[in-house]
Amino acid sequence: MSLSAEEWQIIALSLKVSVVAVLLTLPPSFLLAWLLSRGRFRGKLLLDALVHLPLVLPPVVTGWFLLLAFGRTGPIGAWTERWLGLVFMFRWTGAALAAAVMALPLMVRAIRLSLDAIDRRLEGAARTLGAGRGRVFRTITLPLSLPGLLAAMVLGFARSLGEFGATITFVSNIPGETRTLPLAIYTSLQIPGAESTVARLSLIAVALSFIALIAAELIVRRSSAGRGGHVI
Amino acid sequence: MSFEVEVEKQLGHQRVAARFATDAGITALFGRSGAGKTSILNMIAGLLRPDRGRILVNGDLLFGENVDLRPEQRHAGYVFQEDRLFPHYRVAGNLTYGRRAQDGDADWMSFDAVVQFLGLAGLLDRWPQSLSGGEARRVAIGRALLSAPRFLLMDEPLTSLDAPRREEIMLVIERIRDELKLPILYVSHDRLEVDRLASSVVPLD
Repeated sequence: MSLSAEEWQIIALSLKVSVVAVLLTLPPSFLLAWLLSRGRFRGKLLLDALVHLPLVLPPVVTGWFLLLAFGRTGPIGAWTERWLGLVFMFRWTGAALAAAVMALPLMVRAIRLSLDAIDRRLEGAARTLGAGRGRVFRTITLPLSLPGLLAAMVLGFARSLGEFGATITFVSNIPGETRTLPLAIYTSLQIPGAESTVARLSLIAVALSFIALIAAELIVRRSSAGRGGHVI
Repeated sequence: MSFEVEVEKQLGHQRVAARFATDAGITALFGRSGAGKTSILNMIAGLLRPDRGRILVNGDLLFGENVDLRPEQRHAGYVFQEDRLFPHYRVAGNLTYGRRAQDGDADWMSFDAVVQFLGLAGLLDRWPQSLSGGEARRVAIGRALLSAPRFLLMDEPLTSLDAPRREEIMLVIERIRDELKLPILYVSHDRLEVDRLASSVVPLD
């Protein structure tokens, strides 16, 4: 099975969009997971619901909200274009943003679970041994939540790779710019006689997702050598 | 005076209160399970905030009169009932986690001295999960000693050990008392243990 230049371009674009989406979402995901796991404040339930919204909303609605907020005339979109020169509309950056928003709830959940699972008495023990809050975070909390962070990255990556509805609504389906793997498969489905393209692209999607899961499992096994941690 | 403690804390329906002043050696906090003994150790270590009171150790004010030192400033060597070894560090990493004094510092025991004192040489590369109960307890004691503590808090250090291991840990505690001259606050509900080790007893109800 040999791939055409166009198909390679689709794969490269999908990978770029997904990697950027995961990296973009990781810091806010950790912060939100931290707040939801450890925080005690008014409106926590509201924040929890808000974070999970992209998971339950029709993706087309999320895409439309992104259009309103991040379009060139939207309040955030106009601001980023003016001050950062960053345009989302009809660009791959918009596809990454849509994927990031859709991946956020899954990533927050995975990280939050791992933070909840940490025995906080270990953090207390570290403090009696002379470690301040910062050192406790770096040497105890963060390493112990590492399997959760990796699981979150894999989930987010897989979710981004498959993102369709919000993307096509927000940034349309432009070859070479926003036509990621799922959008390309959708496009080929519309063309009579393009079944072989659909099959090839679908196989690629399966392979990419599979590789991501295996890689994550191997990373976790290595990082928790002899301690037994799993993503899948 | 080693420990001068006067604390009160409401925990749900239970009121934990204690008042005692002790001399050097081992002081046993003695009482039935659920009397709040661990809570009192946590207050002295800075992990639990008393509602009111005063805590002095070796004449240093740790809590009270608008002072509330953070746990990391109190220089407590806390040996927890359930060891609390860090699962992502090997034994050697656990031992050195709290090491304040550098090697060659004459003021405190070196790493090698503690390893020899507690017979840990064969365990340094092991993960905490692979240790037996007695081994894990010795590592927990070693970790506390290497943080150059000014006093020790020991929470039921003999529980969940079989008879030979209990004897082994008791000998270690006696050596800490006699050779290192650290004031020790020792929580127990076992009369025999207390009679053998403690120079003074604080009953708790």
